[in-house]
Amino acid sequence: MPVSSLTGTDEATLVALSRGRDARAYSELVRRYEGKIFRLAQHITQNREDAEDVLQETFMRAYEHLDQFQGASKFYTWIVRIAVNQALMKLRRRKSDKSVSLDETIDTGEDTVVREIAAWDEDPEQRFSREELHGLLDSAVQSLDPLYRSVFVLRDIDDLSTEETAEALGLSVPAVKSRLLRARLQLREKLTRFFKRKGDDAFAYL
Amino acid sequence: MTPLLTCKDFLKDLNDYLDESLGAELRARIEQHITECPNCWVIADTTRRTIQIYKGMDPYPIPSDVESRLMQALEKKMAAKQR
Repeated sequence: MPVSSLTGTDEATLVALSRGRDARAYSELVRRYEGKIFRLAQHITQNREDAEDVLQETFMRAYEHLDQFQGASKFYTWIVRIAVNQALMKLRRRKSDKSVSLDETIDTGEDTVVREIAAWDEDPEQRFSREELHGLLDSAVQSLDPLYRSVFVLRDIDDLSTEETAEALGLSVPAVKSRLLRARLQLREKLTRFFKRKGDDAFAYL
Repeated sequence: MTPLLTCKDFLKDLNDYLDESLGAELRARIEQHITECPNCWVIADTTRRTIQIYKGMDPYPIPSDVESRLMQALEKKMAAKQR
C-alpha cells in the first residue's frame, strides 16, 4: 500500500472517511495503532501467534462495525476494547476448562505488601544496553498477573486515563485504581532487584 | 491537630499522590510523612521512577511480516465491502 498523504490528518477526519469506506483512510488509522494493539495482544495472550490473530480480528471487526463507533470516546479506546475481548476469547479457547475474564474478583487482600525497600542508583538504566533494558522491562511486565498487566499497559505505558482504561477493559474505576497500585508496586519491586544502589541491601517491611 | 499519617495510609494514597490528583492538604501530609519515614520515601521515589521508565515506552516496531499479513487481510475485506 503506498504511503498516503493522510499522515498528518486528524483522527476524526480519518474515522469519517473510513466510514465512507475509504480504504486509504482506514489503512492510515490501522498504521497509527497496529503497534500498540499488537503489544497489548501479546501482553494478554503471551503468545505471538494468538497476538497476530487478535491484531487482524480487531481491525477487521472495527472496520465492519465502524458505524457503531460513536466518537464519544477516543478511537483507540474503542479498538482496545475490541482487542481485549478478542484476546480474552483466545485465552478462553486455550484453557477451555476455565473461563477467563478480566473482571473476575481477585483477592488483593486489605494490605498491599511491600517486601523490598532499597534506594536506587542515580541513573540505574545506564548499567544496561537499550536492548537489555527493553528486555528487562518487558519481562517484568510479563511476569505480572494478567489482571494487573493490562491495566498497567493501558494506564502507564499507553497513557490512557483511569476512566478510559476502565472503559476499555470493562472495569470499574475503583478496580482499575487498585489493580494499578498493585501493578506499580510489584514492578517497582522487580526493578529494584536490578536498579538498587550497590551495597545498599536494606530490607524492611511495612 | 490532624493525626499523623501511617505508612498504610501513605500506601493507600500513593497512586493519587504520584498522579498528582490529591488535594493540597492530603498532599502536604504525605510529603510530611515521607520526609520523616525513610522507607516510604524510598517507595515513593522508586515507584515514581518505575512509572517514568515505562511511560511512553514505544512498542517494538511491528514485525514486517505481521504487518503485511494484516494489510493483506484488510485489503481483501475492504475490497469485498466496496463491492
